[in-house]
Amino acid sequence: MKALMTAWLSALLLSFTALAQADLTIEITRGSDEATPIAVVPFATDGGELPEDLAQVISDDLERSGFFAPLARDAMFDRPASGEEVRYGEWQALDVRYLVVGRVSRDGEGYRIRYELMDVSGGERMLGENITTAGTSGLRDVAHYISDQVFEEITGIRGAFSTRIAYVTAQGVGDNQQFGLYVADADGHNSRRVLDSREPILSPAWSPDGQKLAYVSFETERPAIYVQELASGQRVRVSSFEGLNGAPAWSPDGRRLAMSLSKDGQPEIYVMNIADRSVQRLTNSSAIDTEPDWAPDGESLLFTSDRSGGPQIYRHDLASGEQERLTFTGSYNARGRFAPDGESIFLIHRSDSGYQVARQDLESGRLVVLSETRWDESPSVAPNGTMVIFATRQGNSGVLSAVSADGSASYRLPSAQGEVREPAWSPFLN
Amino acid sequence: MQFKSHARTLAVAFSLALVAGCSSTGGTQDGSMDSSRGGAGTGTAGTGQVSGSGIGADGERIGQQADGRIPEVRTIYFEYDSDTIKSEFESVLTAHARYLRGNGNARVVLQGHTDERGTREYNMALGERRAGAVQRFLEVQGVSPSQLEIVSYGEERPAVRGHGEDAYAQNRRVVFAY
Repeated sequence: MKALMTAWLSALLLSFTALAQADLTIEITRGSDEATPIAVVPFATDGGELPEDLAQVISDDLERSGFFAPLARDAMFDRPASGEEVRYGEWQALDVRYLVVGRVSRDGEGYRIRYELMDVSGGERMLGENITTAGTSGLRDVAHYISDQVFEEITGIRGAFSTRIAYVTAQGVGDNQQFGLYVADADGHNSRRVLDSREPILSPAWSPDGQKLAYVSFETERPAIYVQELASGQRVRVSSFEGLNGAPAWSPDGRRLAMSLSKDGQPEIYVMNIADRSVQRLTNSSAIDTEPDWAPDGESLLFTSDRSGGPQIYRHDLASGEQERLTFTGSYNARGRFAPDGESIFLIHRSDSGYQVARQDLESGRLVVLSETRWDESPSVAPNGTMVIFATRQGNSGVLSAVSADGSASYRLPSAQGEVREPAWSPFLN
Repeated sequence: MQFKSHARTLAVAFSLALVAGCSSTGGTQDGSMDSSRGGAGTGTAGTGQVSGSGIGADGERIGQQADGRIPEVRTIYFEYDSDTIKSEFESVLTAHARYLRGNGNARVVLQGHTDERGTREYNMALGERRAGAVQRFLEVQGVSPSQLEIVSYGEERPAVRGHGEDAYAQNRRVVFAY
């Protein structure tokens, strides 16, 4: 009996641990043919074992982006620790275009990291920097920072490796469901629980400063919109009108939240001034109007409406109040999200194969399906516009997946526990 | 136990009688009652065997019992992307309307649900539309709006797991939560 009890207790402890952490792993599902060959040489050390393999983290970041094809370690005949040690001819023979080298040494309580980016064909250094950490943690952050620098130096596009993702987990069925809201690094590591509940959680949305999440929680057995500060955990219920309170979306200035409310009958798009909680109604139709998303310039909003019969994406111009239908390809287009440059939108499109992530160019109106999966939902765009993360299904389980903005590369982020869904990519945090 | 089962049978019998009296689209109730039980998975054994001819015998007494008990079938189902109340479920709604009219203090939350296909917030709105259709039906039947509340759960609380049409059909539903 006592043995049984102990076993039960440790099972409880295990499940608690499992709930508090829900790290995701990365599986590359498609690599781009255009990917640039790069080698990230394992960083030299003073001899001691490091808690993180920086070069591996950097290499994984660059590979995940679809822009780079890192050279396998066992193909590296040489392991230079600085630019001076690089013999360019030998790397040229391996068709490597760029080389990242570095060294980590102890520095007081923390570490000192020096890295360099070399242009192999030109035989010259492109970047070089020294970084120190205050303590022994934070080496992964340093690696993501280096990935950002390397990525931007070569592609001209700001790196988004130091960003984070929010997502929702769900376990169980029926009355025994358990929901969790998590935040993790963009590569799925360092997950941290923000909220858990026996009632559904959905639609997390990052504030533009990256310090808060708005989300929908059913914890009162009614849908309500909450805003939670991540550092302190403090939160406020900002919207609990009668009926639907859903789909919160921050304005670029962080002062307003667009949302879908049905307090006046049908679900309509409203904009709430967060400071005084006043709401202004934007749409007025007998149809469903939901899933708003603010244009990067703050001057218009996307939303989904079935006013034409099925769900399609519309744009509401805030100055004129005019509403224009944007999607015409197929009978189901929903949950539009602007690219950061405002020139295209990402959305869920029902094709012959199922519900897929697609991108539509706003100027030409051309729609292109990006994903190879069939049960996609909740696309969320990286702040540099190069990738879209979304929820899909692998076998019978919900997983997160990401695809590059041109569809050429993709990866999956499976979780060891339960369903993962509702990803939201953070803004730039540095 | 025996009595309880009997009462349930009577309650359903009564709701059938009421539909026969109120509905202009009578004639399909017997068949529809069976399919509602089959789809629901929440029906109780014994309710399907009621025939219309047995109702009239003791109608008054049946009515009193039905008034006092919350109708047994508390879930109705919908077609894909539809909020139309199927004729086979009108008898279920009519029974609830009768119960709510007869019990002015009773309150019910109409929980709208969808299957998992499509986007979550759009499904949240579809679930609300389904619950709203049931709400309007009940109000037309004379139920006080103050007794009714609708909450949509969209696709967030499936009744069954699974990704085929069978599962989808069981998840597209409105549940009466008293």
